[in-house]
Formats: sequence, structure tokens, C-alpha cells
Amino acid sequence: MTTRSFGASIKRKEDPRLITGEGKYLEDLQPQGAVHAVILRSPYAHARIVSINTAKAAALPGVVGVFTGEDFKDLPALPCAWQADAGRIPNQINTPHVLERGQVTFTGAGVAVVVAEDRYIAEDAVNLIEVEYEPLGVVVDAKKAAQPGAPQLHENAPGNVVFDWQCGDQAGTDSGLADADVVVKQALINQRLIPNSMETRGCIAMYAPMQEEYTVYMTSQAPHVMRLLMTAFVFGIPETKMRVISPQIGGGFGTKIFLYPEYCLVTALAKRVGRPVKWMETRRENYVATTHGRDHVTDIEVGAMRDGTITALKVKTYANLGGLISTIGPGIPTTLYGRLLSGAYKIPHIYCNVVGTYTNTSMVDAYRGAGRPEATYVVERAVDLVAAELGLDPVEVRRKNFIQPEDFPYDPVGILAGLKYDSGDYEKALDMALGMAGYADFKQMQSEARAQGRYLGIGVSSYIEICGVAPSAWIGLPGQGWGAGLWESANVRVHLTGKVVVTTGSQSHGQGLETTFAQIVAEELGVSTDDVLIQHSDTLGTPFGYGTYGSRSTAVGGVALYNSLQRVKDKARRLGAHLLEAAPEDVVFENGKAFVKGSPDRAKTIGELAAAAALAYSLPHGMEPFLDDTAYYDPPNCTYPFGTHIAIVEVSAETGMVKLLRYIAVDDVGRMINPMIVDGQIHGGITQGVAQALWEGALYDENGQLVSGSMMDYTVPKASFLPSFELGHTETPSPVNPMGVKGAGETGSIASTPTVVNAVLNALAPLGIRHLDMPLTPERVWRAMHTSQA
Amino acid sequence: MKQSVTINVNGQTRTQEVEPRLLLVHLLRDGLGLTGTNVGCDTSQCGACTVLLDGEAVKSCTVLAVQADGSDVTTIEGLATNGALHPMQQAFWEKHGLQCGFCTPGMIMAAADLLKRNPHPTEDEIRHGLEGNLCRCTGYHNIVRAVQHAADAMSA
Repeated sequence: MTTRSFGASIKRKEDPRLITGEGKYLEDLQPQGAVHAVILRSPYAHARIVSINTAKAAALPGVVGVFTGEDFKDLPALPCAWQADAGRIPNQINTPHVLERGQVTFTGAGVAVVVAEDRYIAEDAVNLIEVEYEPLGVVVDAKKAAQPGAPQLHENAPGNVVFDWQCGDQAGTDSGLADADVVVKQALINQRLIPNSMETRGCIAMYAPMQEEYTVYMTSQAPHVMRLLMTAFVFGIPETKMRVISPQIGGGFGTKIFLYPEYCLVTALAKRVGRPVKWMETRRENYVATTHGRDHVTDIEVGAMRDGTITALKVKTYANLGGLISTIGPGIPTTLYGRLLSGAYKIPHIYCNVVGTYTNTSMVDAYRGAGRPEATYVVERAVDLVAAELGLDPVEVRRKNFIQPEDFPYDPVGILAGLKYDSGDYEKALDMALGMAGYADFKQMQSEARAQGRYLGIGVSSYIEICGVAPSAWIGLPGQGWGAGLWESANVRVHLTGKVVVTTGSQSHGQGLETTFAQIVAEELGVSTDDVLIQHSDTLGTPFGYGTYGSRSTAVGGVALYNSLQRVKDKARRLGAHLLEAAPEDVVFENGKAFVKGSPDRAKTIGELAAAAALAYSLPHGMEPFLDDTAYYDPPNCTYPFGTHIAIVEVSAETGMVKLLRYIAVDDVGRMINPMIVDGQIHGGITQGVAQALWEGALYDENGQLVSGSMMDYTVPKASFLPSFELGHTETPSPVNPMGVKGAGETGSIASTPTVVNAVLNALAPLGIRHLDMPLTPERVWRAMHTSQA
Repeated sequence: MKQSVTINVNGQTRTQEVEPRLLLVHLLRDGLGLTGTNVGCDTSQCGACTVLLDGEAVKSCTVLAVQADGSDVTTIEGLATNGALHPMQQAFWEKHGLQCGFCTPGMIMAAADLLKRNPHPTEDEIRHGLEGNLCRCTGYHNIVRAVQHAADAMSA
């Protein structure tokens, strides 16, 4: 017997402030006496800094100070948390400094800062700083960077190699390819993306000199980790001397996980100028100074038998890390990429080698899906390429190779480094999606359209992903991971009045965590979600947590909350037994009440129990006052959502324009706490993934200038680009955690990119076009159609 | 040389001395403390700063404060009346038309303007009508549902 909060699409608790303009984002905060910082950024992608003259800028009325890297020589480089390639990357080498000194390795690197009374003055003054640069040779392509003769970015990194990482069985994979009836080879480019959260980044720092304490507001998905990294690695002060707060956050999609130089710069400036300092990134700064995503150059070889059985997959990838290394940059194209290359299939032999390289481009790190979209793109394109090679239906090739329900827990031939897929029924989701799409009927429609000279296409992707990224013993594996844990925490306090306050180390930047977590509390304690307050995103008063990313907030942070609630319930049950004068073993706590088994009419409600626990004049012998508990949860495994997405497109023969006619998504994210929120996450993810397939791509010229450097030049999709989406769900509980939840934040972006590319190539198959690289812009498609016809 | 600007914001007359180069959005946010209107880009693409200027939706990052002298301005803070949400605000809440909420004030203002011009839009008209406003979270699916819901509610 439980209340029905879990599984209910209730309206979000956070929305009233957001629909009325009451939500306070970072830029809305304006501390008394704050001055504004504006950063001068390098116009060169690779150059030596010869000199910087700040005199004219400093003389402008209203300017408080002008600073360069020379002023912060005492601050070390930022840390990189991910020690891939057996510790080959030392912790603070080739990472950003608060301002660069000596050389710059990408366009947009910060070289000086103006602090002024207002932002308009600071912008004026930045234009008066004179910098002399000596331009150096530039390389922007991940693969070319590793070739002999390429410009060298860092003396300590010969060949521009960040790491050379591998997983799987190379010899076995070679023999699996040799045994195959056919081997399909393909070069695949997974282009660079610019994440574009609607709110850019920002920071406000204050320093109290007598207490030697910093208060730092920042646009962060992981405030506790920011405080740890800043105090322990950059400032060398005790954690107790810094408080980090994430106010309302306007989206992040991964980019707000990381420690950026500006956050440290603004913090240092607050002490230097003795006033609160505010920095808010402009959108054009955001395009160069905030991390990018993806950017892989990959060669695949996939072996298959004539019946479609895949025998082996061999993958070689060059991953672009940018001019400097971001906080977890090297971890994305390694652990979160190579280890997923089995997809939803029983592939007997897999080998993956990834070379990460420095290039004269912005830093690359996690962007929604982070490694897993790149892996899914490889696998789902590979399956379609095999089907095309053998003249088989891509759906049947998927069926032929699926991991079956009885195969779980499934070990994908060791590439997951000890972990196993938790649960799934891939064919069920596939069949539901095929039914929704009318797959069988589509082929008729398609051939009729082709007879009329129209190009319709259908594309399928049956994906898996890794969510709830955690087990500390896995992600922290020396030489393979962060060298850190990834557990989460939650504290539950049931106040005297029966109202519940939860503090969590997890964080929300738009996902509706305050609602979802309140539903977990409501379900377990039998209270209304209106009576639950979820406090997060402030290191003062919340327990430590690693933050929000990797679709882990509910699967890790939510389970910490669940576990803490079980302990609170148990105490409530024991207190209830005392008040009911019954033996504790005879009393249960269900549906918000403690009662003797079989006698629910004579019960003590959670409100009565909370009051009794808080007033404390009648407690069982030895029981502490108050209903309060904290749990720390480190899961035994990740979780593995899955599903099938189907896209139906029409390609215009006249213009090459791809129109997305229908998009069907069947996702299994485990048990759903709030299906409305889950669907919203999937809608947004689909859109970002479709955008990669069709429209988005960061473009650098040969001089390292970001050509797609503003919202005018980079195609963030608009409402008119898209149809309404058709969603379905299967619900396979995860056995990993007691709530059976998996994670929903990234499935859409992981599944949709290959779905749409497969659909377009299905449409173009009559023209003999086997593969095109993304984005499938009208120009690229039109040229391919006309070249192939010529 | 500063200039005096008087605007009627959300029903209140406010006068400020401003530099001629000051953007309307900065007058609203920094001068008048109305921070519900957000700035999401610097090229007039995103529409997060959309407000109603004399009843019509404009991007307040592309209007100088001095150009608004003598005008009526409605921001997201002025949309609810007597403590009751505007039907468009209510619809965004009901239909989960927002996630991070950053584009939402501008999106709601643009959507309210759209329904004023076209009270019964088709889905296609809604999608094209909101072309000046970018959202990165929702994929627009539930924004369209919200506008449809508001259209129904307002014509009921």
C-alpha cells in the first residue's frame, strides 16, 4: 500500500517562479558595490604573447583595474580530474590558467581583464588594451594534429598527443574480421558541436578579508566539486574558507560541470580589488570560451556473416580535446565512448583505440550524452552499413544481433571494465516503435513516392546508454578514470510541523529535480509534494555531492534520498510502536502512517510522529530526538536505458533539404517517477540530436578562427524546423537500485542522431549513396545527389 | 550626455536618466530591477529578452532605452493581473512548456503576442510564429502544446 506520487505527471514545483520572472539566475544578482569584469580574449588561435600594454585602458574613467596573467603568477593551472592513459596526463599540465601567459593555443583564450564600475565602461576599456602577438602555425583537425609536421602546441606533448587509449581485444577482433563473410569499412566524422545553453556562464565573487572567506556564485552543475577543485588545487586554502552557490541555472547540457578559468579569475579579483566582482559571459564569448562537444574522426571496420550476424567491430578514433584540457575532457572519448561500442548487440569481438589530440580550438568536454552519442553513432551506422552491404533490412540485422532478455546481466566482452548491462528487452521496444511508425506500410509508401521522383526515407536506431554514472570503484579506477568517487548524498529532516526539508548534494539546472525528488519523499512518507522543500546547489547547508550530469541525479542522488527516507521511516515506525504501546516488530509504516499490522484505523500519522520526535518528551528509551537522517549512496553499477527511435524524412531532389516528417521514440528509462518530466527530457534530447544530424556544426577555418562563432552563424534549431514527436515507453525496472530507475536526461540526444542520418541515407539509397557526414545540410545532400547522378 | 526617459512599465510610470547607448533590456534589468527579462545572445537571435512595447512584441536588446521614451512596456512581471497568472503562463505550467526557464519569459511574451494577432493558430502557425525565440531544453514540443492550450483557454 503506497500513495501514488511515484509515476504521477504532476506539475513542476519550480515553475511558478520561472513563468513569472521571479527565478533568480546569476545575472539577476547584483551585490551592493559590485564591479564588472570583462575579459580580453586572444584573436589568434596559436601565438606567442610578446607584450601587453594596459595603460590606456587603466586610464579610462570608471576603470578599477586592468590585470594580465603576470598579476596571477602565484595561481597554478586548473586541475584535470581525468587521469586517462594510465596517468600519462599529469594533473595540472596543459590546462588553463586564470589568464594565459606566454602563449595562447586557441582563439578566445583569456589574456587580460578589465574591472570597472559598470559593464559598458569595462567593454570600452578592453578595446584599449594593446597586445602584440607573434602568430604561430595552426592545426584544428584532430587527426592532422597527430601527423608528422603538424604545428606543435605544447613542448611536453610530442605529436600533440594527449593520450593513446584502448579497450577490447585487438587480436580477437582481427580474427573476428578475418572470419567474416563481409567486412565493411567506413570513415565517420562526428562533428564538433557548440552546446548553447540559453543562459551563458557567469560568476560573482565576494571576499571577506577579516574572515579570509570567499563567497562565489557560479553557473555550475556541480557546486561542491567546484569548491573542492578551487580550494584544494588552485587557491590552496581550506574548503571551509569558501562557499559556492549555484543560483537558478539556465541549462548546462554538460558545459557547466567544469572548472573554468573565469571562475578562478573572478574569485581572485574579488580579493585583489576588495569589492564584489561580477562577470557574465556574452554569447559570442560563450562560443569560444565555453567547452564544445564531440569532434571525432573515426575509422570503423565491421565484420558480418551473410545472414547479418556481426562478428567483430574495430574502431580507431582521433578525438579533438582543444588547445588546453578541460576538467574531464579526456574521460569523454575514452571511458564514456569506447566502453559502449557493443550497443544493444552481442558482438563477439570489439577493439577500440582512441588517440586524443591537442588542436588550436576551444576546449572539448562533455556535451549531452558525452561519448555515448558518439559510440551510438558508430554502432548504429555500422549496423545500417552491414544491412546495406548484405541487402538485408536494417531492422532484421538489429533483431539478429540483439542481446536477449535472458542474457542479462550482460557482459559486453569485457569492454565495460567489469560492469554488466543491468536489464532490458530490446526487441519489445523495437516492435513498439515499428508499430507506431507503421514500418511495414512505409515501404509501400516509399516505393510509390520513388516512382514519383520523391525521396522518402526511414531510419532506425536501437540504442543503449549508460546512465547513473557512478560506481566509484569503476569511474575512479586508477589510470582509467577520475581518481575520484561518484556517489551522492541526501539528508531528510521531518520538521515538527510535518513539513519535510531535504538537502541534497545533487543539483538542478532545468530538469525539474525539485519536483521529482519531492515525489520520492511524498511516495515514501505519505505527505503532499507541497509539503516538501528540496534544498540544493549551495555548499553551505547541503551534504557533499558530485553534481548533475551523466543522467545520474535520480539514479544516484534520488536513491540516496530514497535510502535516507527508509531510515526515517524505520525510526518513525519504532516511535509509532512506542506511542501505540505495541511491540516494534508488530508495527509497520505504510502510506504515511505507523500502525499495528492489521489495524490501520488506529494509527499515528507522519505529522504526529514528527511532532513527537521533535518535542521529544515521550521517546522510547535511547532514541534520539527528531526524524532526521543522511544517506550516502554509491551504486554497485551504472544503469542502462535503451529503446528504439525511428525517423521518417523526405529529401528534396531540387534543394537537398531534409524535412523531418515524423519522429517516433520508444524509450525504456526504467521506472518513471514523473512521466511528464521524462518526456520533456526526451523531447529536448531528440532535438539536440536531430540538430547534429541535420543542422549544427562548429566550423574552424585554417587559421583557427571559429567561423560559426555566433547565433547568427550556428544553427540552433527553431520551432519551425521540427514536427511534434511521437513517444512511447516500455518500463523495465533496473535491478541496480531499489527504485528501479535508470535515467532519462540523455537518451534523446544519444538515439536521435544516427536515427536521422540512417533515415536520410535510406532515402538516398536509390542513388547509390552509402554514407554522408553530418550535418546533412541542403548543400551537402544536394551535392551528393548530383555527383552520384552524374 | 545622459537623457531623461519616461516609460510606463507594467502600469507604473518610471523615469530614469540614461546614456543614449543604453539598451532597453538593461534599463529594465539594471535600472528598474525587472530581471525577469533575460539576455541570451548578442545578435538578436534568441528572443529571451522579448517584451511588449506599446502592445507589440519586441526584442528589448535591439531597442535603445531612449527609443522607448513615452511608451508602454509590459514585461513578464506585469503579465499576471491581480495575482492571477495570465492564461499563457498557466498553460506553460500545465503543459510543461519550460525546463530551465531561461527562454520562458521571452517565449511567453512572444506567444501572448502571437495569440493576440491570431487567436486560433494551427500548429504550423505556432511554430513559425515563434521563430524569433530559441529554446534549447524542450524541443518546442510542449511549448506548442502550451500555446494550443492557452488558445483554447482564452477562447473558452
